[in-house]
Amino acid sequence: MSERRVAINPLRTIGAATLGMLATIGQLTLFMLNSVSHFVRPPIYFRLIGRQMIDVGYYSLPVVGMTTLFSGMVIALQSYTGAERGGTEDAALAQVTSVVLLAVTRELAPVLAGLMVAGRIGAAMAAEIGTMRVTEQIDALTTLSTNPIKYLVVPRIIAGLTMLPFLVLIGDIIGVFGGYVVGVYKLDLNPALYVQKTYETLEFLDIFSGLVKAAVFGFVVTLLGCYMGYHSSGGAQGVGAATTNAVVAAAILILILNYLLTQLFFGI
Amino acid sequence: MNDTPPKIRLKNLHKRFGEKVVLNGLNLDVGKGESVVIMGGSGSGKSVSLKCLLGLLTPDQGQIEIDGASILGISEDDRDQINRKFGMLFQHAALFDSMTVLDNVTFGLIRGKGLMTSDAERVAYEKLEQVGLDRSFGPRMPAELSGGQRKRVGLARAVALEPEIILFDEPTTGLDPVMGDTINELIVKCTRDLGATTLTITHDMASARVIADRIAMLYQGKIIWAGPTDQVDASGDPRVDQFIHGRAEGPIKMEVRRL
Repeated sequence: MSERRVAINPLRTIGAATLGMLATIGQLTLFMLNSVSHFVRPPIYFRLIGRQMIDVGYYSLPVVGMTTLFSGMVIALQSYTGAERGGTEDAALAQVTSVVLLAVTRELAPVLAGLMVAGRIGAAMAAEIGTMRVTEQIDALTTLSTNPIKYLVVPRIIAGLTMLPFLVLIGDIIGVFGGYVVGVYKLDLNPALYVQKTYETLEFLDIFSGLVKAAVFGFVVTLLGCYMGYHSSGGAQGVGAATTNAVVAAAILILILNYLLTQLFFGI
Repeated sequence: MNDTPPKIRLKNLHKRFGEKVVLNGLNLDVGKGESVVIMGGSGSGKSVSLKCLLGLLTPDQGQIEIDGASILGISEDDRDQINRKFGMLFQHAALFDSMTVLDNVTFGLIRGKGLMTSDAERVAYEKLEQVGLDRSFGPRMPAELSGGQRKRVGLARAVALEPEIILFDEPTTGLDPVMGDTINELIVKCTRDLGATTLTITHDMASARVIADRIAMLYQGKIIWAGPTDQVDASGDPRVDQFIHGRAEGPIKMEVRRL
């Protein structure tokens, strides 16, 4: 019956898909508003927030450090090959330092940290909360006078919101350091001049915009991880799907929001 | 006493998911201190009615009253207050698998009742002992327990808060008959001790006969028969007879459904 309808009227399928997507967006928005409203309403579970902050912040440091280190290094290499094609040593130095600094602080550190945390933390949150959903542990929370949003979701979102900027700040330093290492030891640029040039190029907005992006990405990653897990159904397969969706949706949203935020900060 | 409202009143509940009607005008009163068992086959709407009662689902139509006051459409804070009256034993116990047995049982005591950890632990060990689990179970993780032990921890966790109403979702499912009967007896003992009102859903007749003061039979989203446990064999309703004797042939035609 339904196959025939699809064959007869493809508009029906498109309409159903559109309605489904709109419903999901609406549901996600309500979920977000509900969660945010619990940020300030007591009781606030400080211990849980602390534990999540350690998980999101501290334990993501190696991953974020490695990604930003090698990104900074490769950018130094790339921008030097671009510069040496016709220019003086000074011009090459100026180009390497400024490209490394801008690329790392504005784009690479926040975006890569966001994507890494989406894979590491967003997936884990979706899987954990999803399993709790399908084994009725979330319902059990309700019967033990504990609001599951407050207990499970809020600490995670707060951790994402606050810890990603922290990670990105560290990532900025490591990334720029990676550029320095390649610039000085591989490309034989003057170390003192490299540091001086980097300081001269550095602007507050470069760092600040990166940190704002990081906070937004941290919010998006944890919100989607929690949302997908919270609304998962159908056993192991459902939890698997929730985990995939959380990572994919977060990654896409990070890239879209990254463009919009860049436009907001630096758009002409 | 007749003018006191029933502890739980489900009035004309309707709930549908898409085109599937799950509850179709369910009516049920449960008196204070009474133990009522809702029997019904798979997909008859048993679980949905419990979820409506707990506020996890909202019925499309109808009323749910606790102590005479409607609990539909109330604020979230009021709902939290109402939920304090409830305890529940879930079908697969739904223990928090990231916590030890002891932390599971103290969870509600510390967060819900605001007990000090030491007091909560004392109560928890008391309740664990009541369900036949000694102190050595305290530090164990739920994954290390058997099905029957998990159910017992779940029961201890549910009764630890001394709720006024306790809900049981298929308490004997997945247990061997002896363990099932042990759980049944523990349920009777624990709830009688508390004087709690209980509502159980099950399809296990043996369990229903032990637990229930009154049995209600749910079929196609409606209560088709309700009466004292000792009259269930003389209900005069062929559908009830078919169910309690577990016959495939009869007026209840099982839809063969995809699980």
